[in-house]
Amino acid sequence: MSLTDLDWLPASSSWGERLRAAAGQESVAWKDMVELANARLDMVKINRLDSAIRRAFPRPPDGLRANPIRLAVLSSSTIDHLLPAIRVAAVRRNLWIDIVTGDYGQYRQELLDSNSALYERPLDGVLFAFDAAHLLAGADPSMTMQQADTLLNHTQDRVAELWRLARERCGCQIVQQTLLPRFPALMGGNEHRLGGSLANLVTRMNSRLRLAADAEGVDVLAIDEIVIQTGLTGLYDPMLWHRAKQEISPLASGLYGELLVRLLAARRGLAYKCLVLDLDNTLWGGVIGDDGLEGIKLGQGSALGEAHLDFQRYCKDLSHRGVILAVCSKNDDAVARSVFELHPEMILRASDIACFVANWEDKPGNIRSIAERLNIGIDAIVFADDNPFERTIVRRELPMVAVPELPDDPALYAACIANAGYFESLRITDDDLKRALQYQTNLERERVRESFTDMAGYLKSLDMRMTWSPFDTVGLSRIVQLINKTNQFNLTTKRYDETSVRQFMDDPHAITMQIRLEDQLGDNGMIAIVIGSLDAEKEFLIDTWLMSCRVLGRQVEQATMNQLWELCSARGATSIVGEYLPTPKNGMVRDHFSKLGFGPIQGERDGPQRWRLEIAAYKPLPTFITVMRGS
Amino acid sequence: MNESQVESALADIIRDVLDQPDLKISRASTADQIEGWDSLNHITIVVATEQKFGIKFKTAEIETLRNFGELVDLVEKKLNQKS
Repeated sequence: MSLTDLDWLPASSSWGERLRAAAGQESVAWKDMVELANARLDMVKINRLDSAIRRAFPRPPDGLRANPIRLAVLSSSTIDHLLPAIRVAAVRRNLWIDIVTGDYGQYRQELLDSNSALYERPLDGVLFAFDAAHLLAGADPSMTMQQADTLLNHTQDRVAELWRLARERCGCQIVQQTLLPRFPALMGGNEHRLGGSLANLVTRMNSRLRLAADAEGVDVLAIDEIVIQTGLTGLYDPMLWHRAKQEISPLASGLYGELLVRLLAARRGLAYKCLVLDLDNTLWGGVIGDDGLEGIKLGQGSALGEAHLDFQRYCKDLSHRGVILAVCSKNDDAVARSVFELHPEMILRASDIACFVANWEDKPGNIRSIAERLNIGIDAIVFADDNPFERTIVRRELPMVAVPELPDDPALYAACIANAGYFESLRITDDDLKRALQYQTNLERERVRESFTDMAGYLKSLDMRMTWSPFDTVGLSRIVQLINKTNQFNLTTKRYDETSVRQFMDDPHAITMQIRLEDQLGDNGMIAIVIGSLDAEKEFLIDTWLMSCRVLGRQVEQATMNQLWELCSARGATSIVGEYLPTPKNGMVRDHFSKLGFGPIQGERDGPQRWRLEIAAYKPLPTFITVMRGS
Repeated sequence: MNESQVESALADIIRDVLDQPDLKISRASTADQIEGWDSLNHITIVVATEQKFGIKFKTAEIETLRNFGELVDLVEKKLNQKS
């Protein structure tokens, strides 16, 4: 993972074309610009987006999240190359920033001169960005410790005076950038014993700046902390320093803009408040509905289980400092809750979750209702889900929700959320520390049903391609695996080993289907299985019909039914008979056959049921899936 | 990457950085002739080139370049040294 690549944002392969299309409109839509800013951007893309925005919007647009921000950037080195990234980081949050800069190195005169361009209009923020060579001029390795202290005292006084001056003149938020620790050691590991070493002075000055900033109500832009994560080369290129006095490399401009704008947004109360978590493969490894309490990976004994546990711990720690936690999962409510109540390794407990939503409805609708029930804005929500399908539909339906591009490995989930800086805050109140407690009494149990989501539009845009073929030896091991582990979307829950599956393959009366689904987001692999056979009365009996819950709600059942009907017609069947054998886990498919147009033959609602469909009466169901016969 | 691929990739970088999708660039083009190619964009072009090709220029190498063709040759030379 790389912070400087902004890798919590989704990469977009067609970004250039989207920018050209959006910027080429007669009247450029602001929301398109916000959307383009919410992709993984390098410096060149950032600059292009910034130019396009400034061409299309000479003035701030309507509908921003907060009043436009006029920011003064006062620096001792070159910062022009960072300004587009600061503006784009604002657009990413539906904010607008105008930047005014002084001549570099002239910041003190500009602050003092009431005719300076700084004061043409009121300022909403001032950033002081000093390089250490400038601020600590006069440092010399031959200094005594005492002389070094004097230099630090003197420097601190000078900086604090600038803060006070800025506060008097502007009365706005002040941000102080820490010094970039970019100086080579003169002694080595015990550099702190050499008072006049620049490397040592920078470390000491930064801790003094933090203390002074706390005392003066100044916010800190901690680029020294970032160096610890990215390494110095991620932020600083000595050649660019010598060539252009750029202390922050243009390659890190996107990150720099993010870090700064997070502080400005936090000061305006615009940080995110609530982390909405998926369950399966997010909080634990595996699928609870299929794998059961003993089967999911969580906790000691497996590296994967420990990684998920570590992520839970991070979430719990966030909640203890005031971030609200919620759950949004496609699951059976009771099954999902059982993990929180019964699994001994769980760190998160039901009492940590302010709003618990587990059902089979679409996630955008559920997230809306979580926001309503918690009485927070939808734009205060971060949604963490391992499944790209869910991430994409939430981004599409609820662009104001932050959806981190979680890495493939759960060991990196916590770092991804931390890197994204969603929960940036500037101070901690007593309320924050108590918030987790407040929600313990607030556990609403009712299931969420309403849905306002434009599912059809989304499904259409996915360009889904379903490929089916009869069972073959290549697919055999996955077929056997699906037959033996699928519990939820499984009509009959019959288990077969490899030998039995091979018998179906050899049976001339049988129809077998292994079904794969591909879409714009990638290949979902083999996701459904159908087995059945034709009897002497030309009736086709469905023996097994199962599907992975990963592709629920995507019309795979309907497309499969259409295909099955075609196959049965071709074989001369007159009707299709389906069975539902209830288990504690497959309640979700109770109405499966009735939804597909079958009529009941026998059975109670809660008991085993048989359903029939007349071949001649069937009309293929509409779907957005293109169906192909595989080789 | 052969030389013409390097040349067209470099021209694309310059068009992207200068935000001029239709810009015509030949081997004889110089920064002075191209609108918008100021010192700030110059650095961006250099850094974007380094990133794209996974190479690093020496300060002295950059300072002696006279036109686009020489930049192409320099990138080509560095790529050959790398492989």
